[in-house]
Amino acid sequence: MEGIKITKEVDARGSFCPGPLMEMIRLIRSAQVGDVVAVISADEGTKKDLPAWIKKAKHELIAEEPVEGGATRFICRKLH
Amino acid sequence: MEDKISIILFSGTVDKLLAVATIASGAAAMQKKVQIFVTFYGLLAFRKDAWKTNRRLSKEFEDFATEALKAMEEKKVPSWLDTLKAAMEIGDVQVHACGLTMDLLAIKLEDLEPVVSDVVGVGTFVENASGGQILFI
Repeated sequence: MEGIKITKEVDARGSFCPGPLMEMIRLIRSAQVGDVVAVISADEGTKKDLPAWIKKAKHELIAEEPVEGGATRFICRKLH
Repeated sequence: MEDKISIILFSGTVDKLLAVATIASGAAAMQKKVQIFVTFYGLLAFRKDAWKTNRRLSKEFEDFATEALKAMEEKKVPSWLDTLKAAMEIGDVQVHACGLTMDLLAIKLEDLEPVVSDVVGVGTFVENASGGQILFI
């Protein structure tokens, strides 16, 4: 993503539901408001769970980027 | 319906323990308050260090047990206890031990994994559960 700096990224490929979601929650917790963090996951359940959590927790899902090999990079900004 | 989920964990097999820990994680992530009442075999599974040697799986899928355990080990699925601890880190998840089982089997709170916060009677559990969803596993 151009113009957006990812502060911290966790590669959660190989981790299963709810692992990648837990990684995102930990990242957001340790981040500063305004920071952008990312989690890479290849887990099918996470594709729906992560955006649902971001919405529920009222942060911003900036993008879901396809990553080689069928994984997705979920990029999220901490809003509060 | 209040945003809380109460789980009665009666089973002590690894598959069901993992299911409970996973459901608790999802619920905690979605900001629901979770209480888990561990009773009978569920409580036995919470005895200190029991998780290290517990390889029991549900009877109805006994023929699948070796394959399932092997898959979990190969894919490095975290233990049910680690999954539960992660849920407790990110949300409001409480584990209560059943008073009756404790008395019957002469188990003390200090004999259990530290994730268990206290011993309660079924009345307290039901009271705390009222207005929310209840699962029996």
